[in-house]
Amino acid sequence: MTVRFDKLGVVIAAIVAYAAFAAPFATFRANRIVPGEARSILEALPAATGSPLLAVIVAAALIALLKTPLIMRLAAGVVALAALALLIGVAGSFLTPEGNTFARISPASGFWLLIFAFTLLLADVLTRLNLSPWARIGVLVVAAAAIGMLLVSGSWNSLSILKEYANRADSFWAEASKHVTLALGSLAAAVIAGLPLGILCHRVEKLRAGVLNVLNIIQTIPSIALFGLLIAPLGWVATHVPGAASLGIRGIGTAPAFVALFLYSLLPVVANTVVGLAGVPRAANDAARGMGMTERQRLFGVEFPLAFPVILTGIRIVLVQNIGLTTIAALIGGGGFGVFVFQGVGQTAMDLVLLGAVPTVALAFPAAIILDAVIEMTSTGRREAQPA
Amino acid sequence: MIEIEGITKRYDATTVVDDVSMVIEPRTIVVIVGTSGSGKTTLLRMINRLVEPTAGVIRLDGADNRSLPGYELRRSIGYAIQGHGLFPHRTVAQNIATVPVLLGWDAARIKRRVDELMTLYQLDPQAFGPRYPHELSGGQQQRVGVARALAAEPNVLLMDEPFGALDPIIRNKAQEDLLAIQKRFGTTIILVTHDMEEAVHMGDKIAVMDAGKLVQYAKPAEILAKPASAFVETLVGASEKPFRLLSLGRVRDAVETGTAEGEAIPGDASQRDALAELLWSGRPALPVKGADGKPLGRVTVGGLVKRAARPA
Repeated sequence: MTVRFDKLGVVIAAIVAYAAFAAPFATFRANRIVPGEARSILEALPAATGSPLLAVIVAAALIALLKTPLIMRLAAGVVALAALALLIGVAGSFLTPEGNTFARISPASGFWLLIFAFTLLLADVLTRLNLSPWARIGVLVVAAAAIGMLLVSGSWNSLSILKEYANRADSFWAEASKHVTLALGSLAAAVIAGLPLGILCHRVEKLRAGVLNVLNIIQTIPSIALFGLLIAPLGWVATHVPGAASLGIRGIGTAPAFVALFLYSLLPVVANTVVGLAGVPRAANDAARGMGMTERQRLFGVEFPLAFPVILTGIRIVLVQNIGLTTIAALIGGGGFGVFVFQGVGQTAMDLVLLGAVPTVALAFPAAIILDAVIEMTSTGRREAQPA
Repeated sequence: MIEIEGITKRYDATTVVDDVSMVIEPRTIVVIVGTSGSGKTTLLRMINRLVEPTAGVIRLDGADNRSLPGYELRRSIGYAIQGHGLFPHRTVAQNIATVPVLLGWDAARIKRRVDELMTLYQLDPQAFGPRYPHELSGGQQQRVGVARALAAEPNVLLMDEPFGALDPIIRNKAQEDLLAIQKRFGTTIILVTHDMEEAVHMGDKIAVMDAGKLVQYAKPAEILAKPASAFVETLVGASEKPFRLLSLGRVRDAVETGTAEGEAIPGDASQRDALAELLWSGRPALPVKGADGKPLGRVTVGGLVKRAARPA
């Protein structure tokens, strides 16, 4: 019997080999800003858990390397990830000296690479399983629940990023809600303004090129510059338009951040609306008119439902883009997770940067998965009819 | 009755339809033939006002077609197009129900009508009703397209190259189905095509259009026998003329007394089919049988050839 290798498995096994034996598993620092000292798996964990973890990782990597049944690969990925997630918390308490509140333990490159490698394995398995949209959302919910339970249980509390969180628990949730409000609010505004604009561009050909070009240009302005550019006009509005200031419109703060995010969101929404409407089969439109639909009935009964998956794709782009871009809003006092990122950069405290960055990714990733699932659900049965 | 009077359509400087007048009798099939760009589709689309004429009047049963809002007019006229134009996001049953829903029929009546039409078109309502158009074959899609056009029992049905995208065998079947349904419902059908064969086969009358003008409007036999211009002559196809003429006649009308050997041909078959069979089998005569299977007599090569000659 010949041994057969899995192509992706070779890559995964190579990453795992390097991460488990050559790269540091955790970093120990005497306080939050001094450079850290690397600790390997065997150094970072008590002897009773370090060797078993290595054994689990090597076994999982072997399963990934060889051509094995999907269900086995799935189990290997889940077990390896769960072991890593649990034991990094153990490393945190094991490495922290008794009664020392200044020492910081954080996951190091080896840990992140192992997480990456096994996530790759799981992603590959899930793709090959070809799950239905609902099943994908189910997997997401289970993963989120597992991470949530680890957070609540306190097993990660000795890790540096959660120590930063413990110091800032109140402001964390305030900034989180600002972040979500900014990202979703600007998206909602962009959809409310962008859909009619897209429909107008579709109907009036003369308008199309002009509007899309202007939006394209806005899209190319670097985000920091756009935030800056908005300070002057919004400051002017605040001082000269009665009532504007009391609505919260100022040169800095949430208003310019909101406006900038709104402007960035317009292009994907408008462009995808135009593309979606243009993709509606001519014959279907002609038949709709020929059978006596009014313009409204045709728009809402035929054009819109057929363009919907494409429009939704635009909304997905905007959502993920906004969740990321909102971090920059902190620069002009807009709030959000960016506050921690910039504070952390200022204090050279990487853990604080992570406290801003990790939740941002944790928001964007599920948002993408959920919207992808919704797009697939709305597209079923609506594929373009083949010409007879 | 549809009266088209002095209808003209201009786009800027281009005249697409030029002063066309014709009368379409109720319960007949009129086929509008022409090359692409002849204005035939534009003429058709002015009847249900998908295109508004620059000048002229179209009256349906005496009433100007502008006396109703366009969308209400269109709900009362069936409309079927090439490539069927089914809504890909709606099921077959929902597609067929489009106009009845627009007209606000109650659910039970819509379901009855949809089931009736699907059965008529040999599509099992249980099996095909909940399917989406992309799950059907081309021929089935086309049948659903025509069923949808007929859903609200229109007196008039407009068809723009409805069979253009079908392969020859399915097209023949679709044509026969349409003829049968026209007989059953007595619908007035105006059908646009570029295919003279289809026109001769389907039309009670044929309207030939060229460069926006109505060149000739007559019964198929007359178009074949007395083409009004060189253009019509080309369209008819000089070498095809005798065969097209034969295709208009039934075998029963060419029967002579006497008997012949071999398999009998039904009296309903076209004279063209009979001639083809005679030539192919190398026989001088064929027996003819009636619908009840009784012998009617025979057809001969000589007799058919005489009938294929230009009428005096």
